[in-house]
Amino acid sequence: MKSETSDRPQVVPKLQQTARRLRRDIVEMIYAAGSGHPGGALSAIDFLTALYFYRMRYDPKNPKWPERDRFLLSKGHACAALYAVLAEAGFFPREELKRFRKIDSFLQGHVDYNEVPGAEMTGGSLGMGLSVGLGMALAARLDAASWRVYVMLGDGECDEGQVWEAAMAAAHHRLDNLTAIVDRNGLQQTRPTEDTIRLEPLEEKWKAFGWDTMTIDGHDMIQILDTLDLALQQKGKPVVIISRTVKGKGVSFMEGAADFHGRAPTKDELGQALAELSCPP
Amino acid sequence: MSQEVATRDAYGDALAKLGEVRQDLVVLDGDLSGSTKTGVFGKKFPDRFFDLGIAEQNIMCAAAGFAMSGKLPFVSTFAVFAPGRCFDQIRLQVAYNNLNVKIVTTHAGITTGEDGASAQALEDVAAVRAVANMTVIVPADGPETEAAVFAAAEHQGPVYMRLGRAKVPVIYKDGCDFKIGRASLLRDGKHAAIIACGVMVAEALEAADKLSSRGIEARVLDMATVKPVDAEAVARAAEETGAIVTAEEHNILGGLGSAVAEVVGETKPVPIQRVGIRDVFGRSGSPRELMERYGLTSKDIAAAVEKVIGRKSQLMRR
Repeated sequence: MKSETSDRPQVVPKLQQTARRLRRDIVEMIYAAGSGHPGGALSAIDFLTALYFYRMRYDPKNPKWPERDRFLLSKGHACAALYAVLAEAGFFPREELKRFRKIDSFLQGHVDYNEVPGAEMTGGSLGMGLSVGLGMALAARLDAASWRVYVMLGDGECDEGQVWEAAMAAAHHRLDNLTAIVDRNGLQQTRPTEDTIRLEPLEEKWKAFGWDTMTIDGHDMIQILDTLDLALQQKGKPVVIISRTVKGKGVSFMEGAADFHGRAPTKDELGQALAELSCPP
Repeated sequence: MSQEVATRDAYGDALAKLGEVRQDLVVLDGDLSGSTKTGVFGKKFPDRFFDLGIAEQNIMCAAAGFAMSGKLPFVSTFAVFAPGRCFDQIRLQVAYNNLNVKIVTTHAGITTGEDGASAQALEDVAAVRAVANMTVIVPADGPETEAAVFAAAEHQGPVYMRLGRAKVPVIYKDGCDFKIGRASLLRDGKHAAIIACGVMVAEALEAADKLSSRGIEARVLDMATVKPVDAEAVARAAEETGAIVTAEEHNILGGLGSAVAEVVGETKPVPIQRVGIRDVFGRSGSPRELMERYGLTSKDIAAAVEKVIGRKSQLMRR
């Protein structure tokens, strides 16, 4: 979808409202399941909203439309965010979100490539998405196709050596149809990223690997849209957007809390979260 | 004069042929295309050849990405590196997704030779066999390799195929009618059955000749598809001969021997003896010396046959 920046006053509030609604979906589905990863889903949801409702071309009635753009959730544990987005986009009924992680639901604890309409990769083991995206981007170029590949990684995920194998290869092959987004929420499962393996200077690392880099506030919708537009213009280099976010963003007691990497809210916590995320009537 | 062809050479030529009829074929390698012979395809179809360097985890997932985008990817490296360095990637992105990725490794087994243990894959079949959705093929010679490549390309789903480094005798001199999951009966016999794959098929045939001169008629089955194993052929061999010997260039734990023992144990229990690497690592040496040192020759197979026949007669006497 092409957009003039003059559209922003109309487009931005709508996207923000959508993201807010999807935040409710995220905490509700994880509560109903009794397990899940709310922190990393809430940090990623703004960018995901922009990708699906501003940038990407797809057809929910034809999930395998060959010309579609592909989004790969490499940080697969944040799938509550992707499920919420796919439901909102019409890939499957919203009702299914209530059955997240239940034995007969196609919304499993991590995305199943074959079962989820709209899913482009199987998640759950970190470090693989950029490589899968690399293969897709190379295939697209081989076919002279115009569809693009977007891969979202976690920052802790950048500990995995495979990420850098893919980064080197993508730059070597000048894949400007491949865009990476690092959801830089500063936390891994147990503690801050910088206390485990220091990632900074992260932008410089990606630059050194041959990528064009941009760093933004990942909760500022205007910055997100601007970088998505800029990414389209880059030629000859892949683009990485380092999206500085807050883990658990939108729910005060989850923000910056490592605890909510992988645990569901209690009933009281859910009530408080929904109150904070209440949508205007 | 018997002809000898390295299965990896047959692979390289087969890929080049396949590339002519399959426009969706792409080939990936990890800086080993001179050895794996994917370079033959690479020279002919450079646009469809991707050497992604010494980065096996990346290569395996890129292959998945190609398959998800409508391509037919063949991905090659040495058998120690796939599945060795990228097991999780094969497991999750290739097998769990049930993608049309064909992993063909070379330099498998102890006959890699002088490079030593780090280059001698003795566990790869066992590792991949334990992964759901994977088909596992170990061709015996050049012609069977070519037939298997084409069969793998036709097959819908992930395939693992392991080939050797050294030249091996041609067994299928008049071409190979290969079918995934179907064993080939190379020699009939009623006293025992030798079920072999890869380089051990030629050794099995030699063993059968030696045994015949001693009055023992051994059936020889080429079980090129280790997964799914041809359970019917195994059960029939057990039923009709009452004594089984398996032979593989691989650890006796988890590979062909285990696959056969699983069927035998559950359908028609008879004495069984596995010939293979006896759960040790290899070392540098010439391929022939190593096969002798580690018990992988026709002599070892013949001795194993005599052993199981002995156990068979003990059982009958009870």
